[in-house]
Amino acid sequence: MINRKSAPEIIDAVNMKLQLKPYDHFILDNGVPVYSIDAGAQDVLLIEWVFYAGNWYEDKNIVAATTNFLLKNGTQKRKAFAINEHFEFYGAYLNRSCYNETATITLHCLNKHLPQLLPVVAELINECIFPEEELAIYKQNQKQRLEVNLKKCDFIANRLIDEYVYGFHHPYGRYTSTLDYEQLNRQELVEFYKRFYTEGKCLIFVAGKPPADLAQQLNHSFGQLSINSHTLPEIQFNCEPAETKKYNIINDADGVQGAIRMARPFFNRHHPDFQKAQVLNNIFGGFFGSRLMSNIREDKGYTYGIHSYLQNHIHNSAWMISTEAGRDVCGATIEEVYKEMAILCNEPVDDDELDLVRNYMVGSLLGDLDGPFQIIARWKNYILNGLTDAYFYDSIQTVQSITAEELQALAKKYLNPEEFYELVVV
Amino acid sequence: MGNDLFCTFFLTLDMILYDRFVLDNGLRVLVHEDPSTPMAVLNIMYDVGARDENPEKTGFAHLFEHLMFGGSVHIPDYDEPLQRAGGENNAYTTNDITNYYCQLPAENIETAFWLESDRMLGLAFSEKSLTVQKKVVIEEFKEHYINKPYGDVWHKMRELAYTRHPYRWMTIGKELSHVENAHIDDVKHFFFKHYRPLNAILVVAGNVKLENIKRLADKWFGNIPMGDKYERNLPKEPQQTAARQSEVYANVPLDAFIKTWHMGARLDKGYYVMDLATEILGGGGSSRLYQSLVKEKQLFSGIDCHHFGSTDNGLVAIEGKLVKGVSLETAAKAVEEEIEKIQASLVTETELQKVKNKTESIIAFEDMGVMSRANSLAMYELLGDAQLMNTELQRYQAITAEDLQQTCKEVFRSENSNTLLYHSK
Repeated sequence: MINRKSAPEIIDAVNMKLQLKPYDHFILDNGVPVYSIDAGAQDVLLIEWVFYAGNWYEDKNIVAATTNFLLKNGTQKRKAFAINEHFEFYGAYLNRSCYNETATITLHCLNKHLPQLLPVVAELINECIFPEEELAIYKQNQKQRLEVNLKKCDFIANRLIDEYVYGFHHPYGRYTSTLDYEQLNRQELVEFYKRFYTEGKCLIFVAGKPPADLAQQLNHSFGQLSINSHTLPEIQFNCEPAETKKYNIINDADGVQGAIRMARPFFNRHHPDFQKAQVLNNIFGGFFGSRLMSNIREDKGYTYGIHSYLQNHIHNSAWMISTEAGRDVCGATIEEVYKEMAILCNEPVDDDELDLVRNYMVGSLLGDLDGPFQIIARWKNYILNGLTDAYFYDSIQTVQSITAEELQALAKKYLNPEEFYELVVV
Repeated sequence: MGNDLFCTFFLTLDMILYDRFVLDNGLRVLVHEDPSTPMAVLNIMYDVGARDENPEKTGFAHLFEHLMFGGSVHIPDYDEPLQRAGGENNAYTTNDITNYYCQLPAENIETAFWLESDRMLGLAFSEKSLTVQKKVVIEEFKEHYINKPYGDVWHKMRELAYTRHPYRWMTIGKELSHVENAHIDDVKHFFFKHYRPLNAILVVAGNVKLENIKRLADKWFGNIPMGDKYERNLPKEPQQTAARQSEVYANVPLDAFIKTWHMGARLDKGYYVMDLATEILGGGGSSRLYQSLVKEKQLFSGIDCHHFGSTDNGLVAIEGKLVKGVSLETAAKAVEEEIEKIQASLVTETELQKVKNKTESIIAFEDMGVMSRANSLAMYELLGDAQLMNTELQRYQAITAEDLQQTCKEVFRSENSNTLLYHSK
């Protein structure tokens, strides 16, 4: 008979040797750097063009996001429909996203179609015309979408908590109103596009099973464009955190749940405490077995899920706790969050739990590195944050060696209720 | 070990290779070796979904999925030992199936066997776990279906479109009270009826070796009693003979239009044809509905055409939110015109080639992750033959413009339709 009570022997993930596969690197004729990971089994490819064209660089609210959105909506040669049809005909997915510092164009395709697709991506970087009628449709539909989102407590809570932490004038704290959409005009988009895309700073990331002539293909389509012809403007924003710490907002009088957000300002990845805080965060609310999940979901059933995390921003960050809880247990949920903070401050984490978290973190890192798209995503994050692979090996080292005493000291330093903003939106 | 049904498939390069064997207790096991990853995935699919529920006790298959994490006969906590072995896991329930999967460093695969086999052997059936998970599921219900604008659309549509088949409720359940009233005896009964080796498929994928998996499968799952084969005998949905329509008035900012038609079952040819038709109508920025109704006529602020991938005869849907000032009648009429177009004339060769190319891409991208491959193998095995995974693309490629026209004529008939007019109050 097998003994079902005792666990099979395991190899501690924490001792496994993890490698971050290095990228191939080359530079196009106009200076655009390309980072490439060749690790695929299937003949598929992901190419991402990253521009420094996020809302950090806009003079007026929502110009960056609108410019990014309308990249697919008309060039000198093609109307929106023709652009979409071209990519879709080749079974390719062309997406665009706008973030704070950066904005991207992302292409997923089968390798065999690359020669048909790259020239049209180049067109989107060089020849967009932002037709008035496309802008008008966008404004109308975005305003409507906003109106629906404003009915959702989690949407409202996400906007407000960022505003409290960073201030509305900071790109991380800013959000959009109907009026912002109404005030957009085409000329602003054209200017932003020229400055931050056509002549902007660009990096290219590639992953999958790149063809042997990738460098030639990229150089042919992008190496002669005028991207990278200016240096980026130096723009600094100061955080202006709100004075008041606690907020209760009723958005829907009949709401049956409250969106709870609790947050404190935190540093970026270059701060010496950042990696250690990641370990503490995992114990606190970073995975299914965390203290917040175990207590507030698995013991009390107040919520479907509760998580804590450090926001992934380049300049500064916030330590955030986020959940949607039953309306009548929102107060009790917040109380339990503070109780868990107090326990982390007052009692050292025992060896058993710390071992588990170490193994879990390294094991999930191993899983995260599985596949070319995952590897390039990690590299992109490091490169955009001004980090090297030393950061990867340091973070593993931190997971392996951090002590319960260090974690407790860290909790005392950062998990102080009086430093947290607290928001409930019903 | 009971590997009398053991066989090996030799396939060409682009195919997903696997081995299959069956234990004496009826548990089907599939092994997919992929030495390029350091990880291993263990996936167990149980042949039970919300369609197998008692109409008075809906939401149970999904609630039960939560209870599977509340401890088993010999192991008080499922998650902790898995996390200690560097693993992660999750599960999902649909109207058709319930699927559990975990991924961990391949060296520790036996931990997954230990954990999964113990909960197939028997649950702890703890009252505390039931009490807490009922609350958790009620919060999940509120978060996704009550506390969201338009959150009840599919509750209402399913009730309109189905009169007898259990697809008429959602996996989360018909109403909160069904979840609230679940009793520990229901839990036990459900477990021994559905969670037996005969009703399950085990897939192990990743950096593993067949011989070792055979040994582990036999060691950990081999002596679990096989149980009775669950004979599914669901009420068949009668052919719909007249169009149905329902109107809702709700506290939402915009009117919404939702219309569905009954379509073929998962393995019918008509399913594949309709899958392509939804792409032509609603897949992406060059699709017909988007171009005509969002861009040219500007009647909708967004529009989708999709189906549910159901095992039994499912629904194909067109749904969208209206531009303010547009009436639901105008919107309905414009949708109808597009339907008439696709019925009246053949789709162009370009359109057909486009959606076939898209399908090829989707399959290639889906097959990248070992977790996704394991899940697909389990699903196709459950549908009758894992090998279907390797012939899907051919089935799509064989579809002609005439097939599309014919299926659209058959499915998009007024008397086969259900319309939900969702008014902003």
